[in-house]
Amino acid sequence: MSAEATVVEKELKVEKKPAEPFLSKRRKNIVTDPLSDDNPITIQVLGICSALAVTVKLEPTLVMSIAVVFVIVFANLIISLMRNLIPGRIRIIVQLAVVATLVTLVSEFLKAYSYDMYKVLGAYVGLIITNCIVMGRLEAFAMANKPYDSILDGLGSGFGYAWIILTVAFFRELLGSGSIFDFKIFEAIGWTTFPTNGLMVDSIGAFVVLGILIWIQRSKSGYVEH
Amino acid sequence: MQRSNIYILAFSAIMTVLIGGAMSLTSVLLKPAQDKQIELDTKKKILGAVMDISTFKTPEEVFSLYKDRVKSIVVDIKGEIISVDAKGKPLIAEKVNAQKNHKIDKEERLYPIYMILNELDPNVVEAYVFPMFGLGLWDWISGYVALESDLNTIKGVAFDHKGETPGLGARITEEKVRNRYKENKKIFSDAGNLESITMVKGEGITGLSMHEVDGLSGATITAKGVNKMLKEYLGCYQSFIMNTKGQNGIAIN
Repeated sequence: MSAEATVVEKELKVEKKPAEPFLSKRRKNIVTDPLSDDNPITIQVLGICSALAVTVKLEPTLVMSIAVVFVIVFANLIISLMRNLIPGRIRIIVQLAVVATLVTLVSEFLKAYSYDMYKVLGAYVGLIITNCIVMGRLEAFAMANKPYDSILDGLGSGFGYAWIILTVAFFRELLGSGSIFDFKIFEAIGWTTFPTNGLMVDSIGAFVVLGILIWIQRSKSGYVEH
Repeated sequence: MQRSNIYILAFSAIMTVLIGGAMSLTSVLLKPAQDKQIELDTKKKILGAVMDISTFKTPEEVFSLYKDRVKSIVVDIKGEIISVDAKGKPLIAEKVNAQKNHKIDKEERLYPIYMILNELDPNVVEAYVFPMFGLGLWDWISGYVALESDLNTIKGVAFDHKGETPGLGARITEEKVRNRYKENKKIFSDAGNLESITMVKGEGITGLSMHEVDGLSGATITAKGVNKMLKEYLGCYQSFIMNTKGQNGIAIN
C-alpha cells in the first residue's frame, strides 16, 4: 500500500512546476497568516486556557511561548514526515503520542536545567498536550502537507500564539505588579506609590486584556463570526 | 486509505516501543541534573531563611557554604535524635520528603533540623532552621523557620508554595513579607508558653504584639495556612527546643 502512495506522489511531482522558491509567496503566507488574520488565539479562539493561566508575569510567559513553539514545530515536522505511514483510524492517538512525548521532553529539560521555571510553570507545561492549537495544526495541516511547509506552519502558529500571550503578560505584569520582567519600572522612574491592580494578577485581568486585544484585532481585520 | 488491522497493530507497537524507549532514556540521562537542582533548591531555602544568598551566582557557592556552615539532624516528636530509618538505613535530613512526612501521624513523623554554625567557631550554633509543611488556599505550602540561638527569637523565614495566587497568596515568598517575621518576633511568651507567630488579617496594621506579624490583604486563607503550619510544627519541635534550651546551647556533637 505504501508503494501505491509513493507512485501517487511521484505522479504529482511530475505534474508540479520545477522547485518552488525557498520562501515563495505561498510559503510566506503560511507563516504570516496565523500572526494576525488567522491568529490561533484572537481569531480561532484556541489555546485560551494557557493564555489565561501563565500570563501573570512576562518571564514564565516567555518560557511557555518557547515551549509551545518548540512543540508545535517539531510535532508538525514529525507528523508530516510520517503522514503517509499513519493509519487513518488511529491518527489522533498517534498525534497525541507525538505531542505528549515532546511536551514531556520539554518538562524534563526544564526540571533539569531551570528548576525555578519548572516550579512556576509546572502543570501548565504538561497542559500544552491539551492545547488545541497544537492538535489543530497537526490535524489540519501536517497530515496533508510536506515537512518543510509544516515547519513554516508550526512557526507561524507558534509565534501567533506567542505574541498574543506576551502582549497579555506585558499589560498584566505592568499593571498588576508594576514591573516588566521583574524589573520594578515605576519605582525606577520615581513613582513609588504606583497602585498595582489586583484584578490584573487574577485570571479576570487576562480575560479583560485578551478581550480588548480580540476587539482591536477583529475591528481591524473586519472578521465576523457567523 | 484503509489499512489492515495487522498494520495498525504493528504500527502502534513499534511507536510505543520507540516513544517509551526515548522517554526512559531522557529520564535516566537527566536524573542526575534534576536531583542536583532539587538539592540546590532545598539548600538555598535553608540558607535563605538565615541569610541573604541572592548574591550567590553559581550552585557551587551554595553547596560549599552549606557544607561548611550547616549541620543537620533528624529528631522525633520527643526531641530525641534518630539516626536510622525504619529499614535501618541511615537517615539524611535533606532527603526527608516533607510532603510524604506530613501525611503520617504527628507522633510518627521525622523532624529534620538544620543548625547553622558560626563562621569562625564551628562549635557554636548560630541558628536553628526548622522545616515545616502545610496547606495554603490551593495547594501545599512549606516553610523553613530559623530561630536565633536563644530558640525563641525568629531569625528569618523562607516560604514556598505550589499554587498560591500570584500577587496575593504567593507573596509569602517575597522578601518584604518575610522580613515582617524578622522584627524581633518571639515564639514563646514571657511566661514560657509556646505562642507561635500569627499573621493577622488585613494589611498595614500597627501596634502588633511580639507574636504577630502584618497580614496579606486579599490572601487571608493563605495567611491562615501559614499560621496553622507554624503553630503545628513549632509544637512538634517543642520538645527538642526545650531539651536544647535546658542544656544551654549545643546538644549535638
